[in-house]
Amino acid sequence: MNLLVGTLSMGLILALATLGVYISLRVLHTLDLTVEGSFGLGAALAAALLVRGSSPLAATAAAAAAGVLAGVTSGLMNTRGRIDPLLAGILTSTALYSVMLFLMGGGDLSIAARETLFSGAERAWRALGGGAVTLFDTTVSAGSVASLAFLALLVPLAALALGWFFRTRLGLAARAAGDSPSMAGAQGVSVGAMLVLGLALANGLVGLSGALFAQYQGFASVQMGIGTFVSALACLILGEALFGRRRVGRQLAAALVGTLLFRLLVSAALQAGLDPNSLKLATALFVLAVLVLQGGVKQLLATALGGRARGA
Amino acid sequence: MADLALEARGLRHTFNRGGANEVRALRGVDLALEPGAFVVIVGTNGSGKSTLLAAIAGDVVPDQGSVRLGGADVTRWPAHARSRLVGRVAQAPAAGTAPHLTVAENLALAGQRTARWRTLRRALGGRTRRDLAERVATLGMGLEGRLDTPMGVLSGGQRQALTLLMATLVRPELLLLDEHTAALDPRSAEHVLRLTEEVVRRDRLTTVMVTHSMQQAVRFGDRALMMHDGEIVQDFAGARKRRLRVRDLLDCFEEVRNRDLLDESAAEMLARSYV
Repeated sequence: MNLLVGTLSMGLILALATLGVYISLRVLHTLDLTVEGSFGLGAALAAALLVRGSSPLAATAAAAAAGVLAGVTSGLMNTRGRIDPLLAGILTSTALYSVMLFLMGGGDLSIAARETLFSGAERAWRALGGGAVTLFDTTVSAGSVASLAFLALLVPLAALALGWFFRTRLGLAARAAGDSPSMAGAQGVSVGAMLVLGLALANGLVGLSGALFAQYQGFASVQMGIGTFVSALACLILGEALFGRRRVGRQLAAALVGTLLFRLLVSAALQAGLDPNSLKLATALFVLAVLVLQGGVKQLLATALGGRARGA
Repeated sequence: MADLALEARGLRHTFNRGGANEVRALRGVDLALEPGAFVVIVGTNGSGKSTLLAAIAGDVVPDQGSVRLGGADVTRWPAHARSRLVGRVAQAPAAGTAPHLTVAENLALAGQRTARWRTLRRALGGRTRRDLAERVATLGMGLEGRLDTPMGVLSGGQRQALTLLMATLVRPELLLLDEHTAALDPRSAEHVLRLTEEVVRRDRLTTVMVTHSMQQAVRFGDRALMMHDGEIVQDFAGARKRRLRVRDLLDCFEEVRNRDLLDESAAEMLARSYV
């Protein structure tokens, strides 16, 4: 039971990163690897600020803002510097590695004994009269329950806010810029500005995810962000298999539920004896397999329909 | 005197300057249109007619010359900013519509074409939807019942008719049509042409239409230009345009082509005698 609560909490935290990758990949149609850096940046900055005695809320907000800045940097490299978005993301995340080391004064930083958003949530939970919860003969600590409750409130709220945003005039313009740059341009939308805005939003979410991750784990490390993109992609395509890609609401649900499911799968695999060291290998293989299968199915459909290639 | 709707002066543009495949696409083009003018441009492949349209729309920044729209000098404006003044329909239906957005979403975006800033207001409120449905109904294609269909599943003719509606949903200062029926089957092409004629007349739109079709050049507009080799070589206006027949245009083309052949043989003669 404790494992389940922990897995779900972690899943909710990482779902924010998946939402970020969803924005760059599915809305902007851009491969953005800035996320590899902005996740660790969020974690490192939050930890560094907490160690220096800043309030958890301020530290978390600053981490999200740092993510936004990272996204804007990559976006401007592309729109002003004419650098391929993929390369821009790699450049930013490489540079951020040094920034993280500088922020933490080393490769990792413990915040185990510090006040965090989650210790705050626990205090609020106790103030409301809550305590440890016993379910199926196991006791889940008040801290774990409070953390999960806090995340279960925050993360779906973030998804709903995104759903609202993408239905506004500005959000619709961003979606059009990703879907058909020529159409968006002809309708007065600055495609470059929308890319910068989208990457800012995406990496802000990833930075927030990193900040929460560090506070939940009790430490930040410079290696934390490695593999963020592929993990989030795995979660996203798992969710899309269930919810499809039509309409924003379904896509957001796919990101959220996909991440939770993926974390449950990972947790189960680890319980069953999977070596944690091979986790990234397994994740990459999963993504590869799905992508190859999807391509294979498309080809199969195309031949079945008389050899006519059908656009995705 | 009222401002000209469009005033292009001395447009010159060369692609791949200095390269092996240097193309002098525009070699000094002037074009002035009074508000409400409807001009049709014909020309051979590579005559510069599409480059002229691109220079007006802002996709191409000309090496020399200026473009004014409704009195404002827009020569240095980026394309998306010019779109606030210019409605465009290109040849490919895919270029004018976003395939994964619904019909209503595409149109809602077009409804904001002239807005400098996109706000955080709801894109598709109940009233916006009803208004859009009414406008779609004027196409006479039954698409008002398919507002929530993704654009990508519609036919080329349907998408092109919707692109035309999007370009004119908010009245543009200038409507640019770049061979906008060339990729359609004859029936859809005819329907889109009829819709074009209707909206141009109803809203008295200043229109530039590029076409490959001599018939269209004769049938539409109150002025016809023929481009060749980056220049406007013929200008049929007023009574000359009204009297214009396909035969006349073909003769014109023939003449232009003969002139080229003559030039080439003359160059060859010169080359032979001097080299």
